[in-house]
Amino acid sequence: MNVVVCLKQVPGTTQVKIDPQTNTLIRQGIENIINPFDTYAIEEGVRLRERTGGKVTAISMGPPQAETALREAISLGADEGILLSDPTFAGADTWTTSYTISAALRKLGQYDLVICGRQTLDGDTGHVGPQLAEMLALPFIAYVSQIEEIADGSLRVQRMVEDGYEVVESPLPAVITVVKEINMPRLPSLRGIARSKSATIPVWGAKELNTDPGRVGLAGSFTRVIRIFSPQRVCQGEIFQGEAEEQVDCLVNRLKDDGFI
Amino acid sequence: MEDRKRVKRPRGVAQLISGKCIACGARCQSSCPKDAIEMNEKGEPIIIIANCIGCRKCLKVCPVDALEIYLTPEEQKILAELAAQKKVAAVEEAPEVIEEEAALLVKLKEYRGVWVFVEQTAGEPAGVSWELLGVGADLARARKEELCSVVIGDHVEHLCQESFVFGASKAYLIDDPVFRRYLTEPYYKAICYLVRKYKPEIMLVGATGLGRDLAGAVATELQTGLTADCTGLAIDDRGFLLQTRPAFGGNIMATILTEGTRPQMATVRPHVMPLPAKDSSRKGKIVREMVPFQEADIAVKVLEVIDERKAGEVDVAAADIIVSGGRGMRAKENFSLLQELADELGGVVGSSRGAVEAGWMPAERQVGQTGKTVRPKLYIACGISGAIQHLVGMQDSDVIVAINIDKNAPIFEVATYGIVGDVLKIVPSLTQRVKELRAKGVEFMVERH
Repeated sequence: MNVVVCLKQVPGTTQVKIDPQTNTLIRQGIENIINPFDTYAIEEGVRLRERTGGKVTAISMGPPQAETALREAISLGADEGILLSDPTFAGADTWTTSYTISAALRKLGQYDLVICGRQTLDGDTGHVGPQLAEMLALPFIAYVSQIEEIADGSLRVQRMVEDGYEVVESPLPAVITVVKEINMPRLPSLRGIARSKSATIPVWGAKELNTDPGRVGLAGSFTRVIRIFSPQRVCQGEIFQGEAEEQVDCLVNRLKDDGFI
Repeated sequence: MEDRKRVKRPRGVAQLISGKCIACGARCQSSCPKDAIEMNEKGEPIIIIANCIGCRKCLKVCPVDALEIYLTPEEQKILAELAAQKKVAAVEEAPEVIEEEAALLVKLKEYRGVWVFVEQTAGEPAGVSWELLGVGADLARARKEELCSVVIGDHVEHLCQESFVFGASKAYLIDDPVFRRYLTEPYYKAICYLVRKYKPEIMLVGATGLGRDLAGAVATELQTGLTADCTGLAIDDRGFLLQTRPAFGGNIMATILTEGTRPQMATVRPHVMPLPAKDSSRKGKIVREMVPFQEADIAVKVLEVIDERKAGEVDVAAADIIVSGGRGMRAKENFSLLQELADELGGVVGSSRGAVEAGWMPAERQVGQTGKTVRPKLYIACGISGAIQHLVGMQDSDVIVAINIDKNAPIFEVATYGIVGDVLKIVPSLTQRVKELRAKGVEFMVERH
């Protein structure tokens, strides 16, 4: 079973703020990590290999420093990592991201299953999984919480839906996104760390992937970010003063006026 | 004519305005047609002046206006001299651009109307669909176009009429047993078929598990832009859809446009938009369509459905009054204080992520970005500091009461009423007062009888 895991390197916090003076993102002291939702995808890929043999290939699109995320994936059990990086890939929306990753999967050729995390920490869209499947014309199952059976050419999984779950069957190869309920990711092993340090991470750019320049990065994106800003909260609330008793009285009066009591 | 050609119009070169770059991911570099931009370690652009032709492409793509055009004093002088002939020059330079834009506008004009996808499970509609009809009506009004619902499922015709009650004037219906359980493939194929045939300008989908999956597949197939989890939707002066969404867990907001393709697709989370008023007298037109594919072509199959909804489970998202507790409640036992208050007010108990992680409350009660987005009439936050992830999940509540020991807690920024103090003292006293008042109310009513 050859599994491809797609992952993204994201800022290790969502606590980013815009400097009100300069209107720029304050990036000081923010380290980059593997998108936490993708760590479940890596773990599931590694567990499948342990059950069925084959290999796990981690793929990430991003700037050159995203290589560290792929090394981390290797330390967590992936066999190899491939970085998709090229200046023309920058500024991609989810459509062009999916297009670029699909080009890499076509080049890679031999795979049975593609696993993605359900969404990223920074963008939060959850779109790349279904869009990737669509680009590759492969069957797609979202929010997989358990792989029940995987055998020659077929996959049976449980997927989470709003009020429970469903058992779903699909032919392989297929694309799935996984939720955190699927497993508990392991910590990096010593052997894994050693391997991650010595591993060679190939970089595939526009030339290697033979991507259409009009379909990658900002140039190919259908959406444009036209403004970035900090959410404004105007504090208009009424803070009651005095002893606890008085404060409660004030609050009760207001709630009474508003019709709640 | 000859005279003007002698002086070349200076275009200047791009330069970075110090301190404004947010290292957005080299948008400027990828827009440059002349390889005149390199990126430094910090992800900021370095302009190679020798290559720059002053085309302004990088200025246009920069999301924070961190680039400007630099002109030398000599160039500025030439520009000033040319200013007199500007009118003539403008006529000569502009046609190409205008023609291109005009062609695009003609293409975009074929797409008309606002569509809302009506999500349903076994014929039960998801509330978010009706919420979307509310904001959809505003957009349709701004565009002077119709608001339509898209109903796909098995035995779902009643949802068309329901969508009229919530504001749609037309419903596109595909009713067939093949749509009994949701699967990406049949649903996206059905929607793509409808979009290609009827060409809507805007398409809204609920940002539920199902909606994200479906919208992603549809946008890919149709090759158009999709913006997830929008919290604001508006129409700009060109008639384009302005899609505002949070990123980085709500710390940053971004406004996004889909410029050259249609439909403009957006998803919106449940309870972010208010439910529009119902008008049962409203009627609309149903447009019926056939299934546009063979059932045998669908690869993925649902084998079994397990409903895990427990009887009596509390759905915080559906409650009108929520009393929520956070880490400031200090222990699991103290949540009974919140239950007592909630019982008095006729509400339910919710929770912050902190309290769920501490094991004090079950996960389905969690309010916030990774929990449920709620929009009750009254939200009482007890011992919740108000991390941004919590705020984005409840800040649209009609009335917010914050009770917290720390007067600087961010929860007070969204509060309608605030009490700075110990929740373990304030809450019981509040419950007691409410109880007294209600008892009085009952007495009063009894007396009147």
